Amino acid sequence: MKIGILAVQGAFIEHQKMLEDLGAECVLLRKKSDITEDIDGLVLPGGESTVQGKLLRELDMYEVLKDKIENDLPVLATCAGLILLSEDLSNDPNIYFATLPVITKRNAYGRQLGSFKKIANLNEIGGFEMVFIRAPYIEAVKSTDVKVLATIDEYIVAVRYKNQLALTFHPELGEDNRVHRYFLDMVNNFQVRHRYI
Amino acid sequence: MANTQYELNKGLAQMLKGGVIMDVTTPEQAKIAEKAGACAVMALERIPADIRAAGGVSRMSDPKMIKGIQEAVSIPVMAKCRIGHFAEAQILEAIEIDYIDESEVLSPADDVYHIDKRKFKVPFVCGARDLGEALRRINEGASMIRTKGEPGTGDIVQAVRHMRKMNEEIARITSLREDELYEAAKSLQVPYDLVLYVHENGKLPVVNFAAGGVATPADAALMMQLGAEGVFVGSGIFKSGDPAKRAAAIVKAVTNYTDAKLIAELSENLGEAMVGINEQEIKLIMEERGK
Repeated sequence: MKIGILAVQGAFIEHQKMLEDLGAECVLLRKKSDITEDIDGLVLPGGESTVQGKLLRELDMYEVLKDKIENDLPVLATCAGLILLSEDLSNDPNIYFATLPVITKRNAYGRQLGSFKKIANLNEIGGFEMVFIRAPYIEAVKSTDVKVLATIDEYIVAVRYKNQLALTFHPELGEDNRVHRYFLDMVNNFQVRHRYI
Repeated sequence: MANTQYELNKGLAQMLKGGVIMDVTTPEQAKIAEKAGACAVMALERIPADIRAAGGVSRMSDPKMIKGIQEAVSIPVMAKCRIGHFAEAQILEAIEIDYIDESEVLSPADDVYHIDKRKFKVPFVCGARDLGEALRRINEGASMIRTKGEPGTGDIVQAVRHMRKMNEEIARITSLREDELYEAAKSLQVPYDLVLYVHENGKLPVVNFAAGGVATPADAALMMQLGAEGVFVGSGIFKSGDPAKRAAAIVKAVTNYTDAKLIAELSENLGEAMVGINEQEIKLIMEERGK
């Protein structure tokens, strides 16, 4: 199983460590030629969405990744990664992949002094310590197919839509790898389904 | 400072990795930097090269000017306070800055003590020339480290020296027997726990950026290949001929720092680089400030 991790900017090494500990092979995607056909899953890490979004286009990676996501390649997106997937941003005119039908607010809790950690229930996984760093939240979902996995104070912080698992927090920063295990299960299921089609 | 906040602060530095933090003096420059792909901006009244040229005492920037920059961009905004000047740091915390740089670029306010950064909720980045300095700053509560380099010179030699020194000392600590770590802690003048962390992990417990003298995409790639996790560019951008183009080129060079072919393309037609000053030509050695 080979997971491509977008590595243009941000905390991608943390995802790589977690996935490798779970036995997945990882490849860092820094330019178009790094995106090979045999990638079974994609991670969009935390970082600055403005930087990542710009580099995606300038390094010519945008089209090919968008195409893969639209064709149901399993994706794990955290924080900035979720912003890249969102169809709409309520406080930013830019949009990127726009494959996840949600309305997201950037820096929704304010500046760094608004960053926090909280244990909350994450559907299908259980209680999870969530780390929010200058985090966004999801204001609304635009499709009934978007499954809400977690909320904090009425705001949505985790969703799954088709094969896109998107979180506003950072499971890669702690020791708890249950989100990454869940993602690798998604990748496995996707592979199994495709083998029989 | 509660442990949770420190973890969150170290986490923000992790999110900045692989990115370029740019010095800006106006909201317009901040917007240019954000558009060019800066992962954060450092708001200050004068960039280091101008501080050097102007001479005199250099202090924290006007909060109004910093707020103007906070309004202008959506990326994190950092600002500098003087070494040891905890009241300036309190002011920066009050205006909700995202990161404080306790910086040798400004005139030190205290020639003995650094700020007790554990007292603050807001994160701090500090400069270091070697492992001992880095671990002393971390022990005081810094959640991010950068090389000191020699700010405002456009000369990369000091940043290279500091990064190599850091790497060499980390490698040495990693290779020691465990019973030798107590002596290492004593000679580095740092707590044993931090030395043990370096011994076990082969790295600093916080993110480490390069800073001081970065002027070209090649400089940025050099520092990344030497182990920097990201780059600060101070005077290098807005003292050059075509700031937007140079800034964007440095951002891409940091992402693909081993791709010489790409960096060659990026380095074409960037216009004039900032005028550099060699270390033998400078009177004011900023890296000597704070130890």
